Amino acid sequence: MPKLNLNREEMPRQDPKARGKNFSEVALGYSFEQALGEASRCIQCPKPLCMTGCPVSVTIPEFIRALREGDMPAAAKALKMKNALPAICGRVCPQETQCEQVCVLAKRGAPVAIGRLERFVADWERRQQEAASAVLPEPTGKKVALVGSGPAGLTCAADLAKAGHSVTIYEALHVAGGVLMYGIPEFRLPKEIVQADINYVMSLGVKIELDSVVGKLFTVDDLLKDGYDAVFLGTGAGLPMFLNIPGENLNGVYAANEFLTRVNLMKAYRFPEYDTPVKVGKKVAVVGAGNVAMDAARSALRLGAEVVYVIYRRSRAEMPARHEEVENAEEEGIEFRLLTNPKRFLGNEHGSLVGVECYEMELGEPDESGRRRPSVKPNSEFTIDVDVAIIALGTTPNPLVAQTTIGLDTTRHGTVVADETTGRTVKPGVWAGGDTVTGAATVISAMGAGRRAAADIDRFLREK
Amino acid sequence: MYKILFKQTLLPKIHLMRIEAPKVAAKAQAGQFVVIRIDERGERIPLTIADWDNKEGSITIIFMEVGASTARLAALNEGDSIMNFVGPLGLPTEIEKFGTVICVGGGVGIAPVFPIARALREAGNRVIAIIGARSKDLLFWEDMMRTVSDELIVTTDDGTYARKGVVTIPLKELLERGEKIDRVIAIGPAVMMKFCSRTTQPFGVKTMVSLNSIMVDGTGMCGACRVAVGGVTKFACVDGPDFDGHEVDWDLLAARQRMYIEEEKMSFERWLAKHAVTA
Ligand SMILES: Cc1cc2nc3c(=O)[nH]c(=O)nc-3n(C[C@H](O)[C@H](O)[C@H](O)COP(=O)(O)OP(=O)(O)OC[C@H]3O[C@@H](n4cnc5c(N)ncnc54)[C@H](O)[C@@H]3O)c2cc1C
Ligand SMILES: Cc1cc2nc3c(=O)[nH]c(=O)nc-3n(C[C@H](O)[C@H](O)[C@H](O)COP(=O)(O)OP(=O)(O)OC[C@H]3O[C@@H](n4cnc5c(N)ncnc54)[C@H](O)[C@@H]3O)c2cc1C
Ligand code: SF4
Ligand code: SF4
Ligand code: FES
Repeated sequence: MPKLNLNREEMPRQDPKARGKNFSEVALGYSFEQALGEASRCIQCPKPLCMTGCPVSVTIPEFIRALREGDMPAAAKALKMKNALPAICGRVCPQETQCEQVCVLAKRGAPVAIGRLERFVADWERRQQEAASAVLPEPTGKKVALVGSGPAGLTCAADLAKAGHSVTIYEALHVAGGVLMYGIPEFRLPKEIVQADINYVMSLGVKIELDSVVGKLFTVDDLLKDGYDAVFLGTGAGLPMFLNIPGENLNGVYAANEFLTRVNLMKAYRFPEYDTPVKVGKKVAVVGAGNVAMDAARSALRLGAEVVYVIYRRSRAEMPARHEEVENAEEEGIEFRLLTNPKRFLGNEHGSLVGVECYEMELGEPDESGRRRPSVKPNSEFTIDVDVAIIALGTTPNPLVAQTTIGLDTTRHGTVVADETTGRTVKPGVWAGGDTVTGAATVISAMGAGRRAAADIDRFLREK
Repeated sequence: MYKILFKQTLLPKIHLMRIEAPKVAAKAQAGQFVVIRIDERGERIPLTIADWDNKEGSITIIFMEVGASTARLAALNEGDSIMNFVGPLGLPTEIEKFGTVICVGGGVGIAPVFPIARALREAGNRVIAIIGARSKDLLFWEDMMRTVSDELIVTTDDGTYARKGVVTIPLKELLERGEKIDRVIAIGPAVMMKFCSRTTQPFGVKTMVSLNSIMVDGTGMCGACRVAVGGVTKFACVDGPDFDGHEVDWDLLAARQRMYIEEEKMSFERWLAKHAVTA
């Protein structure tokens, strides 16, 4: 057996100083040589463990082998077989806890950089104008309606269209893509790339109706009555959570969803050329330490904030964000205030935020999540001066669809109850998947759910 | 794209448009609103549904030019289109047979009051309407309101037309007149709704107001529209826009409405400057 190569190809990135001032993508992507170098490290396991770590079972060794042989079209084809949105997954999947965590080389501390290779192949394919117009099967005459155009909806739509069904997605916002468009910032996931993947899904014959709020414009029951044979709910988890502490409604206190929507979706970073404003402030505090918090903090920095704090009540080890993004944030100069928790927000006479009073925290015994439970240190209050605060504590499903659909079962967390392997809900003809079922999770798990539901819907429609 | 089927300038700064949106028209109810975006660069702004026509498949909006977005909208004409038009959003106004209801409309708030008064009347209520504006040249739809109310009182702050004074004066008189008033609905600028609520409070008459907080998506996703009602934070776009006026934290609403005042001014001045050049 040839000697194992344990040197992972580094990802070229924009210089931290420069990138803190622009919205261009931070990670620059491999060159062809770098990609080949990294691909050659894969030992082509006969029983590839890596695939077991991927929620959509990408045939990883197959696409890497094709890449290594320089057969890019074959590599792209292998990828797209299982993953309709590889350019996105290659960028935002938490690979370190999925495919790369279980790659055999991970034991030796240097898993194959599967995500980066995936991104390389997908980016190559996007540049090939032809984008291999897919050959579609005979129409089955069956109609499926999807609610929500995030990764769950897009994946489900692509698979159903490939199976010959007529597919329409109804989306509440004025663009498709869900969190990929309104949440994750340009510098981490360029919108052009998301759009290209959406165009691919549309090229399969999928129709997307924007500006359509299901539960208001029509209900799920209306869709079933109007001739749809099945409905898939991929409505995500879009309802922001707050701390419920005094001062939270002061001007300058944002939910991360609002801040990121203004910046990403409404392009407030180009105000006044674009009409939507956003308050950036000189000193910004972001509360929380997940991906959303990192994105908000790094966006604030790019919009010109002088100092950006991340306030988190636990310690570094418990931070839920992807490691790579925490490192990126730190390099860019984000200041972490760990073991710190807000007590109240302080305002001036105009109702604008001027500071946040915090407690110091300490860690006790592990709680049900396995993480050590933080508790308040008595008499430890101190104040941080800030003019903008962004709350990034997580989101729960928007109740709009559940409230207006007869006979749908929800949990006390507001998530829709659906079978894990099929996505079936208790309501006949209705499937659900993605964040609306699991609560806020990941792009790839939403896609996995979309794929499983599509398979089950297809089975149902063929038997019908 | 959503086509402007009809445009009428009611008053120098107040315009009415009927916009082609058949699906929205099929579902619209009194008290609901739409969110529109004019073009690629536009912001999302909420506007109340002033009327709808199922046959034509249109929604009527009435808006006042107060800043860049509304001025940009006013610059469009029949046959032009706007890029996005989402609705019907928010909960419809509660319509029941209450008995006698006073509907108060202030300024551009007269427009949203109209379909509510009509629905209340159709539900068998006696409707007394009070409409008011700062002066004669800011008053519209008196004739329309007359068709849906049993009694109509018109005021202007400066006395240039009808009764001189603010709408709370006749409102108080009606409450003192002794006949049983079962509910009051007040829509207009925040201060007007606040003082209407103050006026009715001693009489213990339930008073519903429609809160015009700043919004982005209008579907409960962003939290921009936070208001405090009875000490609890609510999202005006999905929990409202109608709330009990006696419970609303009016100072918070007023403060939050001013959040982008500098940016709004800059944006409007920029638009005016550009407009002056092209005109
Ligand atoms: C800022 C941010 C950063 C993130 N970073 C990462 C990351 O790095 N890696 C990762 O894997 N995951 C990340 N995530 C999580 C990931 O984006 C989500 O888990 C994923 O997008 C969920 O997909 P979904 O299809 O279930 O829902 P969503 O992407 O939320 O899409 C749901 C769609 O449904 C629409 N909708 C909702 N209600 C209605 C209705 N009533 N009618 C019509 N349409 C409706 C919404 O407008 C939306 O477009 C991040 C999330 C955020 C917010
Ligand atoms: C539910 C609801 C219904 C409304 N119905 C009507 C209506 O029928 N007719 C009408 O003329 N106006 C209505 N408004 C107010 C209307 O949305 C604002 O006048 C409009 O957004 C102003 O935009 P602008 O750019 O022209 O002015 P700006 O200069 O941006 O702002 C002027 C004023 O509008 C408010 N405003 C600005 N942006 C927003 C926003 N995105 N959302 C809400 N308020 C904002 C500001 O607080 C400010 O007081 C309604 C508001 C709400 C919330
Ligand atoms: S989709 Fe995500 S988890 Fe699957 S192989 Fe690609 S990067 Fe890994
Ligand atoms: S487990 Fe690692 S080395 Fe083995 S096939 Fe997968 S990527 Fe290649
Ligand atoms: S406008 Fe976004 S939540 Fe109400």
